[in-house]
Amino acid sequence: MAAGWSDPPLGRWVPKGLADQPLYVFETGGSTGLPKSRINIRDFQTDYELFSETLSCDSFPRGSDWLMLGPTGPRRLRLAIEHLAQHRGGVAFHVDLDPRWVNKLIGRGEHHEMALYKEHVIDQALKILRAHDSVRCLFTTPKLLEALCEKVSLGKLGIEGIFCGGTEMNAQFHRFAREELVPGIEFIPTYGNTLMGLACSKPFDPAANDYTITYYPPAPRAVFELVDPENTERRVDYGETGRVMLTTLTPEFFMPRFLERDEGERAEPIELYPWDGVSNLRLLSQLSTSVVVGVY
Amino acid sequence: MAGGGAVALGADGVATIPLVRGGESYHSLTTVELPDLRRQGHKTSSPVARVSQANPGLVARDLARSGAARQALEALSVAELIAICKRAGELFLNDDLPLGGARQSVDDYLRQLSATTGMPRAMARANMGKVHYVLDQMATVLGGLTRGLDLSLLDRGYGEQGGRAISYRRQSDLLGAVLPSNSPGVHSLWLPAIALKVGLAIKPGRQEPWTPYRLAQALLAAGCPRAAIGFYPTSHAGAAEILQRCGRSLLFGDAKTVGSWAGDERVQLHGPGWSKVVLDEEAAAEWPVYLDLLAASVADNGGRSCINASGVWTARNSRALATGLAERLAAIEARALDDPQAALAAMASREAAQALSDYIDARLGGGAVDLSAEARVARGGNASRVAEADGCAFLLPTVIHCESPDHPLAQAEFLFPFVSVVEVAGSELARRIGASLVVTALTRDPELRADLIASPFVERLNLGPIPTSHVTWDQPHEGNLFSHLYRQRALQDVPFGAVA
Repeated sequence: MAAGWSDPPLGRWVPKGLADQPLYVFETGGSTGLPKSRINIRDFQTDYELFSETLSCDSFPRGSDWLMLGPTGPRRLRLAIEHLAQHRGGVAFHVDLDPRWVNKLIGRGEHHEMALYKEHVIDQALKILRAHDSVRCLFTTPKLLEALCEKVSLGKLGIEGIFCGGTEMNAQFHRFAREELVPGIEFIPTYGNTLMGLACSKPFDPAANDYTITYYPPAPRAVFELVDPENTERRVDYGETGRVMLTTLTPEFFMPRFLERDEGERAEPIELYPWDGVSNLRLLSQLSTSVVVGVY
Repeated sequence: MAGGGAVALGADGVATIPLVRGGESYHSLTTVELPDLRRQGHKTSSPVARVSQANPGLVARDLARSGAARQALEALSVAELIAICKRAGELFLNDDLPLGGARQSVDDYLRQLSATTGMPRAMARANMGKVHYVLDQMATVLGGLTRGLDLSLLDRGYGEQGGRAISYRRQSDLLGAVLPSNSPGVHSLWLPAIALKVGLAIKPGRQEPWTPYRLAQALLAAGCPRAAIGFYPTSHAGAAEILQRCGRSLLFGDAKTVGSWAGDERVQLHGPGWSKVVLDEEAAAEWPVYLDLLAASVADNGGRSCINASGVWTARNSRALATGLAERLAAIEARALDDPQAALAAMASREAAQALSDYIDARLGGGAVDLSAEARVARGGNASRVAEADGCAFLLPTVIHCESPDHPLAQAEFLFPFVSVVEVAGSELARRIGASLVVTALTRDPELRADLIASPFVERLNLGPIPTSHVTWDQPHEGNLFSHLYRQRALQDVPFGAVA
């Protein structure tokens, strides 16, 4: 729920049938202003269990362990990845990163501090990867993946599958990752957020050589529409650019017609995900001068 | 490199500018379109170019392998590299060169450069000549940078000069160059790197990929080792990768951009020039004699260079001088970009021109007046500083009279012929001028000359009537690239058996 609605106790927003369940509250990134908070009971676990079904057991072997290298803190992500690992029979090792601090360093032009902080984060990840052969699966962000690959070959360290998130991931990064950073390792781009859950990407077809990333929402728990930014009543045509408008409905949470900070092209349904998706997801062009994303 | 298949001109005839990775083309899936400044507001007009953009990680990955550039350049002598530069200069000036998968003629180059940067074609041509000169006369340029060092010494690493043992060590395999879009002449600054056996990682200015790309292609065609050439149009984050990872870099930008790298000895900063002409009492008394020099200093090259004067600091007669200079500069009009008489470069957009003009107006008063509007009207022109021609917006030359050197406009610098005329007592001049890339000192006063010679604020000093915009290539320019790239060290080499 949006900041400013939070004056009444959060429990007020919990459906009566779930009132006795432990309640989590997670924050969104806060790149467009005040972070928004969302209450959560079991949704994040369900979302990641459903996502788990889309992961291949060859690249993300059941029973193997995970390294979660990315922002933890008040976000859903840490618990979600941990649950994913547990759900698949492993454990998740964690390295924390504070993107809001990185944002401040960028704002102040502290390049040297940023380099030191990145090194600090990567050093911790390398220690875990070298100490635990059982780690086969990795969650991280594009920037941290680059930084990690500069130091080691992830293939040689036994990584078989990478699940990578962040809206700054575009077709060029996808191609760069597959061709140069982690050739031979399964690379799964995802788009997740606290309000929606986790969107899956259209599987990469090496024969088609098309690196466009197209995401499909976890219907029916969440759907998105691509709408005209000037007239959000109008849904754009397939292939046309629109702003992402999200509706989430689960047993614990209802958020209708939430305008995301992202835009992209409306994509046609595919066999695996027979509903609308979004291609080339990116920061809304009207915001792109004022918001820093993908700093970590 | 992976995925470097040639993509020629798009079906729509738009030029395609790829990255250059180790001398090879790489077409990124992320591109930026460069519009034709003359077709603004025409939503349907096609861009002049689509420029491949490097993701920061790609830049980082390439720079981590700088050893290849070093090995390739070490295999050649400085003399051979000078010869390559000379051939490259010829090719740059006269030949069709690769542009993406197509070929670019000299006319294509000038037309494209003009369309996306707003620089008049004739001025672009003149800058092309400057850049060619540096490649053609590389031995002279290196002589100026090294103050006459026997360059074969760099091949061996040490030797003897003037009876003394002498040795230089290279500080970096690569020179990073984060470049501006204001004027192609600026590229003459990084070109000597290749002859000094240092590879290049170039981030072009957003509107001006044309010249560095053409230079890269000319060098490659002339036999420069492929591993020595990297060309990476990229974001701020990508630029930061270059600056963080190259042992030595040049960074061009506004005061804020360069400020965040101040104190990093790896990065040579090229911020605003704040170049000035200084007149003592005697020179100020005969100011009309210097009008040509002043006008050239302010307005040469469209006033776009950091070596253009943005200040005239005079011991007296400031108002008369400012009025006279305003009248002289009022003759400069907005003209079409392909007009051979064009002397102004177009601004990025009508809105940008208006915003900058408003910014200046908002700071007038408090002892600062614009004398150019009146001068334009007196010539039958328009009072407005913003003018239009050829579908582009221009800012007309602007002379401000400032009563005090503390006025904010007294130390302002903009990308068009803009100058503040400031009156400061002769005894105060050297102390008050502040950081200045070029100072032309019109004075015979031994004391003022000595003060300026000793001044830590003055990067280049012209003693006598030389326009600030006049560059001699046998002298270092804007910091010395040689001393940036090389460090002198002690080295002793005695034959075995001669143990003391």
